[in-house]
Amino acid sequence: MRLANIWNLGVKELRGLLRDPMLLVLIVYAFTFSIHTAAKAMPETLNKASIAIVDEDRSALSARIADAFYPPYFMPPEIISAAEMDARMDAGLDTFALDIPPDFQRDLLAGDVPQIQLNVDATRMTQAFTGMGYIQQIVNAEVNEYLDRHRSETELNVGLVLRARFNPQLDQMWFGAISNVIMSITMLGIVLTGAALIREREHGTVEHLLVMPVSASEIMISKLWSMGLVVLLASAFSIVVVVEGVLQVPIPGSLALFLFGTVLQLFAVTAMGIWLATMAGSMPQFGLLLVITFLPMQVLSGTLTPRESMPDIIQYIMLAAPNTHFAILAQAVLFRGAGLAVVWPQLLALFGIGAVMFALALRRFRAFLR
Amino acid sequence: MTAPVPAGPVARLSDVGLRFGKTRALEAISLDIPAGVMAGLIGPDGVGKSSLLSLIAGARALQDGALMVLGGDMRDAGHRGRVCPRIAFMPQGLGRNLYPTLSVRENVDFFGRLFGHGAEERARRIANLLQATGLAPFADRPAGKLSGGMKQKLGLCCALIHDPDLLILDEPTTGVDPLSRRQFWDLIDRIRAGRPGMSVLVATAYMEEAARFDWLCAMHAGRVLATGAPAQLLAQTGAADLDAAFIALLPEEDRAGHHAVTIPPRIDDTDAIAIEATHLTMRFGDFTAVDDVSFRIEKGEIFGFLGSNGCGKTTTMKMLTGLLAPSEGQAQLFGEDMDARDLNIRRRIGYMSQAFSLYGELSVRQNLVLHARLFGFDPARIGPRVAEMIDRFDLAEVADEFPDGLPLGIRQRLSLAVAMIHAPDILILDEPTSGVDPVARDAFWTILGELSRRDGVTIFVSTHFMNEAERCDRISLMHAGRVLVSDAPAAIMAQAGAATLEEAFIQHLETAIGEVDTAPAPATVLPDAPAKRARKQSFFARAFSPRRLFSYCLREALELKRDPIRGTLATLGTVILMLVVGYGINLDVENLKFAVLDQDQSGISRDYVAQISGSRYFTEEPALTSYQDMDARMRAGEIAMALEIPPNFAADLRRGRDVAVAAWIDGSMPAQAETTQGYVQGLHAWWLTEKMREIYGDAAVAGDFTIATRYRYNPDVQSLPAMVPAMVPLLLMLIPAMLAALSVVREKELGSIVNLYVTPVTRFEFLLGKQLPYIALGMVNFAGLVALAVFVFGVPVSGSLPALTLAALLYVTVSTGMGLLISSFMSSQIAAIFGTALLTLIPSVQYSGMIDPVSSLEGAGAAIGHIFPATYFVTISRGVFSKALELADMRPDFIALAITVPIVLGLGVALLRKQAR
Repeated sequence: MRLANIWNLGVKELRGLLRDPMLLVLIVYAFTFSIHTAAKAMPETLNKASIAIVDEDRSALSARIADAFYPPYFMPPEIISAAEMDARMDAGLDTFALDIPPDFQRDLLAGDVPQIQLNVDATRMTQAFTGMGYIQQIVNAEVNEYLDRHRSETELNVGLVLRARFNPQLDQMWFGAISNVIMSITMLGIVLTGAALIREREHGTVEHLLVMPVSASEIMISKLWSMGLVVLLASAFSIVVVVEGVLQVPIPGSLALFLFGTVLQLFAVTAMGIWLATMAGSMPQFGLLLVITFLPMQVLSGTLTPRESMPDIIQYIMLAAPNTHFAILAQAVLFRGAGLAVVWPQLLALFGIGAVMFALALRRFRAFLR
Repeated sequence: MTAPVPAGPVARLSDVGLRFGKTRALEAISLDIPAGVMAGLIGPDGVGKSSLLSLIAGARALQDGALMVLGGDMRDAGHRGRVCPRIAFMPQGLGRNLYPTLSVRENVDFFGRLFGHGAEERARRIANLLQATGLAPFADRPAGKLSGGMKQKLGLCCALIHDPDLLILDEPTTGVDPLSRRQFWDLIDRIRAGRPGMSVLVATAYMEEAARFDWLCAMHAGRVLATGAPAQLLAQTGAADLDAAFIALLPEEDRAGHHAVTIPPRIDDTDAIAIEATHLTMRFGDFTAVDDVSFRIEKGEIFGFLGSNGCGKTTTMKMLTGLLAPSEGQAQLFGEDMDARDLNIRRRIGYMSQAFSLYGELSVRQNLVLHARLFGFDPARIGPRVAEMIDRFDLAEVADEFPDGLPLGIRQRLSLAVAMIHAPDILILDEPTSGVDPVARDAFWTILGELSRRDGVTIFVSTHFMNEAERCDRISLMHAGRVLVSDAPAAIMAQAGAATLEEAFIQHLETAIGEVDTAPAPATVLPDAPAKRARKQSFFARAFSPRRLFSYCLREALELKRDPIRGTLATLGTVILMLVVGYGINLDVENLKFAVLDQDQSGISRDYVAQISGSRYFTEEPALTSYQDMDARMRAGEIAMALEIPPNFAADLRRGRDVAVAAWIDGSMPAQAETTQGYVQGLHAWWLTEKMREIYGDAAVAGDFTIATRYRYNPDVQSLPAMVPAMVPLLLMLIPAMLAALSVVREKELGSIVNLYVTPVTRFEFLLGKQLPYIALGMVNFAGLVALAVFVFGVPVSGSLPALTLAALLYVTVSTGMGLLISSFMSSQIAAIFGTALLTLIPSVQYSGMIDPVSSLEGAGAAIGHIFPATYFVTISRGVFSKALELADMRPDFIALAITVPIVLGLGVALLRKQAR
């Protein structure tokens, strides 16, 4: 293996990429606008939850409760009739419907302990959980204030102080931005090397290289480093300019360590791209293979929903995917400011997966060239 | 049979110009092409012949000037629509407008449907055409597996199926063996005899073919050099043959430097064997590409290889270069076994492959430098060597230009320079001169002669040109993987008793094939009188024809069927993804790891911790020892929550002082942190209530009112019933869109898109026809997904299944339509794949309400969410699965989906072009 060949062939790959403007536009889009949009779209905690109120009481108190729901947590509540409630929830217009019964205020004052009914659309799980807590707090506060008294003196004076570490405001944007950067890194790493290899074969240029004193491993490594470099630069730009700069997400951790992790992640996914390309006979097959491998890798990496709550078997399977480790690493380094001492297992895992992918890809690549 | 020969020209061009970017392909051409005759455009590649033909065929949009074809203006889309059933166009390249996975019969049938023939008529015409062209025995063979000559005959069948008045053939015989070439022209003659009114317009680079045409137009550099009958051209230039006549017609500066090729006879002073092949055999599966081929080539010899495309020439060359390992036999270079892994052997070989046309992204000089570097030149030697090659191959003027913009002749010189950069002992050249003009070809052979005679380079070259074959020291004729004859050209002619080499070869081929002339009598060619045909189609029939739509639909379906891997990946992939992701995505937050920093260590504090660790939401980890410990373990992600109980917690509590427990939550995953907070608050409140009940009795804990929470649609608040209905829209977006995404752009890359340009099929029929099979496959996937949801995940369909099916049908139409839309405006397959992944995956996962409801999204994401079709199908799917809804309950979502269908299709039609630009 000769470094000069790897260098020269890699430079050729980069020049080729420069001459595909449509692809460049898509790369830029994936690392800037796409991330910005995704980050900005993420609701901050509970955001604009839709709520409807069936006010059968029509008292001062019920009006007061209705007034207590306002943006940004809730959309201004729709005051509806009991008959409308089911239809509206069926159509998915409201996540919550609060039914204040007739004579609620009178019963309350009479000490009859009336009951308010809260209907929750439990198919929208994320919003259902958090929203319910807020609604209970809001209704409690309004009723207590109305009754103009604090809790009974018999209350135990035990407070609960809640503090969120690393992201005190629990700003979803931070997380959304990073998980989208991870997604773009993975997707591009696979597509740039894999689809480019298939195109080269369709156009017959790979074969030409093989009559020259160039080995298969040199060709493969040249593709990995050149395309990897493009994605690495794009992701560094994305983190520094888009995430830290435009989106104003504070990053306490070491960018260098994160980028080192990115290098290993790219090593794994670019090798995987080659591997997939050698398995796919044609571009249409590659496209499908891409979806089938990429979707679970991304969705189950732990960036969308927490890994802990996945079934054990899925957790174990997903350990074989580089994204899982990279997501853990990115969260630890970027948000919790973790150092090498903490993330070395992830780095090791990424390197291991990369090495296996590389070996598999090289083996198939050699056969593919025959 | 009495169609009157139309008076006047079949096509009239006035000042027609064409440019691609900066390159001018045609320069203000004015020309009348006579009707009812066999007219030829002659000239090398890149002079504008193909551009001119595609303009006349209507495949390319007219830029400058005026063009009248068959009595109407080709700028007028209405006229194009009317005349395109009367024009047949066979583009350049072997079988470029055919579909390789479809059989011979299916290909012809496809075109028959496009031109609106009924089943009976098609069957009769196909039988006739296949009979006439001798393809009948191969009717069920896939077009991709035909030889070059057969592909061209099939192309002709497809072109003739609709009785055209104007038949346009772009280099129909390039890359075809001499026998097939002769048969091809005989066929054309017979067809013309049967239909005397038909005009034929042919472009060719073979001057000997052009000699038999009625009328010729010689072209050079986008201009017309001369027109007239072949005899006229010969008389005008005083040349003996058309090759010479063409050279004489060239402008002075292009002719300069041309001289007849003279290769001095080889002085056989060495008997060193450069290349030796013994019993080389190559099999691909059950197909034998090269069958027991043996030969010896001496050092310094020029050895020629002749044969049609697909006869095994290229495969043999690949085995000699080590690109392919032979199944049997061996190849030796200079007495050593060819070993593909031996890089030193590669240094002794220069190879110029047929497909390789250099790196378009590198300039001429960069191409040379890259290759010099790859061959490990000393950096100090690279400069001089590159300069030497530029000088020797006369590339100085174009050294800093990109190969894509250069004429073929120069590119081919560059390819040779690249192959020669490392001064190899052996040059293996795979059809180096096909499509190159006679002047450049002669110059090329002069160089080859020099290399062989002066530098002693052994040259192994394949070619289609007889005059080139005659220049070789020895030649081999290959057919169907076997060498038929191998000797010096003169010896071969003498042995066969033939006057020309071509004659001799045809004899050998005929013997090999074992048929003299199986072609039937001309009477069977095209029995349909043109008069029988309905010439005037109504406007409506031109605007839409279910038959044409079905033709594309059938073609796409057949292609899908012939590629079972794709179909399997699509269906199996959907099922696997549903299983993995359906089980994997879990919104329940459970088993959160937490640890306690208990500074009190009392019974009460332990009681407090116990009620948290006892819940199913939390799992207790070893206790924390200090704040540093807490910090480190949380940073490492070992714990999601840390509970801190202050000193004197129990004592203060008893004394009625205010005490506070602190809960630290890892906020790096905000959604999870939010839920964790909720759990902690809930458990804390519950603990307080319990304590109060213990101390003060039940009355103390009774509230003023209660809130009864009803979880609707998903009473147990489980992830599966929430996620499974949302997975259906996700998967029915990604896979069908990806399936459809390559179908148009692939035709663009591979060339068969020309069928859209020159046949009466409309863009709408083209797109919808392609879409239908994918919609069908999408619905199969839908059925699989619903079955999985019900039987495997146990999420019942509580609402109306027909409503869900209808919604799925609309939705799959939209998702495949989106794939086609992306396919229509992307130029490369890579960009289409990446674009589809980017434009379908992100919105369907993030903005369609699968996890966060669309109403709570912000900014551009919210806007995308509102227009993205998955949003509406998520609502419908959840409505039918979980909420027991019927169609009437979800009318607005159905309307939204239904509106999207024509929008997506319409955009696709608008972005697709009916002509090349």
